[in-house]
Amino acid sequence: MITKRIIACLDVHGGRVVKGVQFVDLIDAGDPATQAARHAREGADEIVLLDITATHEGRATLLDTVRRTARELFVPFCVGGGIRTADDAAQVFDAGADKVSVNSAALKDPTLIDAIGRSFGAQAVVCAIDARRDPAAADPVREAMVYVQGGRKPTGRRVVEWAREAEQRGAGEILLTSMDSDGTRAGFDCELTAAVSEAVSIPVIASGGAGTVEHFVDVFGRGKADAALAASIFHFGISSARSLKEELAKAGVSVRLPC
Amino acid sequence: MRVTVIDYKAGNLTSVLKSLRHVGAECEVTEDPAVVAAAERIVLPGVGHFQATERLDKTGLTAAVRTAIAKGLPFLGICVGMQWLYNGSSEAPEQPGLGVFMDGCARFPEGSEKVPHVGWNSLHPCADTPLLAGVEAGEFVYFTHSYRAPITTDTAAMTNYIAPFASAVVRGNVMGVQFHPEKSGETGLRILTNFLNWNAEGGQ
Repeated sequence: MITKRIIACLDVHGGRVVKGVQFVDLIDAGDPATQAARHAREGADEIVLLDITATHEGRATLLDTVRRTARELFVPFCVGGGIRTADDAAQVFDAGADKVSVNSAALKDPTLIDAIGRSFGAQAVVCAIDARRDPAAADPVREAMVYVQGGRKPTGRRVVEWAREAEQRGAGEILLTSMDSDGTRAGFDCELTAAVSEAVSIPVIASGGAGTVEHFVDVFGRGKADAALAASIFHFGISSARSLKEELAKAGVSVRLPC
Repeated sequence: MRVTVIDYKAGNLTSVLKSLRHVGAECEVTEDPAVVAAAERIVLPGVGHFQATERLDKTGLTAAVRTAIAKGLPFLGICVGMQWLYNGSSEAPEQPGLGVFMDGCARFPEGSEKVPHVGWNSLHPCADTPLLAGVEAGEFVYFTHSYRAPITTDTAAMTNYIAPFASAVVRGNVMGVQFHPEKSGETGLRILTNFLNWNAEGGQ
């Protein structure tokens, strides 16, 4: 039986794992290669590394980080942040990533998704979407809007429509972050996740708001998520993917165990 | 152990090479049919579209693989590389496969489940093959695909998604896996090790 994936996410800034709420008040949380290996050892089904440096000088550091992280990693490895061209993606693949996640650059030029998919296959392209509900809309969930710049800048696009377009252009997965929930540890936005998951045939990875095991049970059930991203709950030894999955299994969620 | 990895410009080889090297292989990457014909052990990776295998025909690699297989060399196709071992795939109906296995690959039926099939799913060995030595029923491996091979007498392992399909196929020295052993943790590394240790006597 196909299992629900628990994905460990590392936010990386200047070659170090950092943690903060909505990209502010960053705390150093260790070396990316060491952290990724630890998560894989502790049962994570996949590793996502998001580079939040976003400077030109940071690119070389990122590629070096990806190379070091990929070296001893034998689970799927996705890298995002600052991938603006198919050439940027090619360099990240060459450094050892299996997938890239694209976000604002794809919104600026959606053909970026087509271009990476054509060269590397749909399975290698994850379209990351930062979403906020639209309280002014008749249906705040189905009409949720896409944001960029860490949820500060609206794009005028609807989340569900953009997810569909990304799928048609050849994205293999959607990484959906609820900017309303991100960093709150109050639970995923299950309604929004379900709306996107029902609109596309490709897997949807839920992100933003994880705090307890129940939140994961909820997003895999009501939220119809295929995978869920967890960042802060794994840092500083609060919990491991394995212990999370053991709890999920008890709650009837199909997960990869033993792992 | 020397392994020749065929590069037919259909995606990223980094992970496959890294994993093979991790389990002790000395890898050479080539698109030269002469190198393939002189290989000791061949891996055909694959991500992406079945149509990409057209390049194997055009470059003479198909003929070289046929020769190598006929000599009894161990061959492992991964993902699209496994599907290529069949007659073809409805993903690219005009593009023939190698035809070692006489069936065709087809898309998962549309229905309640998502297509593509992406994620960790369980492996159920159904043949006694050295490729899957030490792999217990129910161990998880990582898949990402929309087309799959049917269950036949050559099926070495089954996986269930919508309906059972062939997740590993073996006949003699010709082996294929639908999942990505290079992304499947310890189970995947064990299978790659088994491939490296495979010999014509059928032992390890």
